[in-house]
Amino acid sequence: MSDVDTRSMIVELLSAIAPEADFTSLAGAEDLREALDLDSMDFMNFIVALHERAGIDIPEADYPKLRTLDGIAAYLAR
Amino acid sequence: MPALGADMGAGTLVEWLIKPGDLVKRGDIVAVVETQKGAIEIETFNEGMVSELVVPVGTKVPVGSLIARIGEPSEATPAKAAPAKAVPLAPPVSPPSLPAAAPMTPAGPALHAVKITPAARRRAAELSIDPARLSGTGVEGAVTVADVEAAVAHRAAAQAPPASTPARRIGFDPAEMRKAIAAAMGRSKREIPHYYLSHTIDFGAVLTWLAAFNDAQPVPNRLLPAVLLLKASALALREVPQLNGTYVDGGFQPGAGIHVGWAISLRGGGLVAPAVRDADTHSLTELMAVMRDLVQRARAGGLRSSELGSATITITSLGDRGAETVLGIIYPPQVALIGFGGVAVRPWVVDGRVEPRPLVTVSLAGDHRASDGHIGGLLLNAIERLLQVPEKL
Repeated sequence: MSDVDTRSMIVELLSAIAPEADFTSLAGAEDLREALDLDSMDFMNFIVALHERAGIDIPEADYPKLRTLDGIAAYLAR
Repeated sequence: MPALGADMGAGTLVEWLIKPGDLVKRGDIVAVVETQKGAIEIETFNEGMVSELVVPVGTKVPVGSLIARIGEPSEATPAKAAPAKAVPLAPPVSPPSLPAAAPMTPAGPALHAVKITPAARRRAAELSIDPARLSGTGVEGAVTVADVEAAVAHRAAAQAPPASTPARRIGFDPAEMRKAIAAAMGRSKREIPHYYLSHTIDFGAVLTWLAAFNDAQPVPNRLLPAVLLLKASALALREVPQLNGTYVDGGFQPGAGIHVGWAISLRGGGLVAPAVRDADTHSLTELMAVMRDLVQRARAGGLRSSELGSATITITSLGDRGAETVLGIIYPPQVALIGFGGVAVRPWVVDGRVEPRPLVTVSLAGDHRASDGHIGGLLLNAIERLLQVPEKL
């Protein structure tokens, strides 16, 4: 999957959790939880959606690597 | 029109999901009502045949108003509607000057499984219909394709005059939500003599246990620390029942069950605290599923009437991006509110040595008309004790 595809997939998953959020100004290095005002339940729902869409297991210890668009893209590209 | 919490004076009927001649049973969703907290699905507590829809779609009526008549199943014809029971049970009343005076509505099951045929489920998804809102006419009450199509036609008919009937609004209006919070919290501060207690708890045992538990679970089955806070609080309330209930007509009434209102903040402002019913009786995994569902429906505007106005205590948990301490305001007519701050690593004395430990501050706001600080202290101590053995929660 290209980097552009990865980002559009992430935005699609986040849109389902925070439909009112504006993603156009979201920078790659921004903390998603701060930028989109996600609480721990939202973030967990996002990880579950990512797990289901990307078909990968995500150990809880890796969650801190998934807090930015850049981080998630790098994680999925491993 | 049921009272969906102490802050509700009136509601606007935006959708009927039943029609005269339909058979309904306890727990069926019969209507959608627009309130200050958004669109709420109204469940019935009666059984029988619908004989009359009294309130037309688009009408705003005060809490306690008769909105429909439901008869006994044996009363076959709508013409025999005279002895029918009113829905809800309360007689029509004028709007209370303080929006809080309405009686609590009896509560139905918080969650019920939807029986639906596979074809109907597909059709419902295509048409963006929530099958949980439909009353099925198939085998064992299963929702069929015909039920889905009928609901669409019904919805279209209900919205036919677009100029006069507002389209079904999903979510909530932040300005109306703010008014509802102002009414409830203003009443609380006027009427309830609050006392406050605070206690710091070593959260290390929970976090260690949780990390090991989640490590062995697939992603969708993992737990959040909030679930353990909820369960520990519910079990502690079993030991200290004086804080679980309501203050009504000058006296404390113990809650029938521990129904925890879980405060959910809504992006864009406002909050709502739907009830997790009988929270002390569910496993952590069950509670996690209930909470995820509640949070999603709270934000999408799909809460049910049995989930609002039936809580016997409220918990607010600020989460890991929150402040260290919260001192809450009691949601009337409840008599206590438990508040958890965010977990923070701080110096702590363990076995005579100072160590960095993850700590959480739990607070209690208590109604001094119903209890004293001594009782509140017992509750916070019980919560601390229970959180030291998370494997038993």
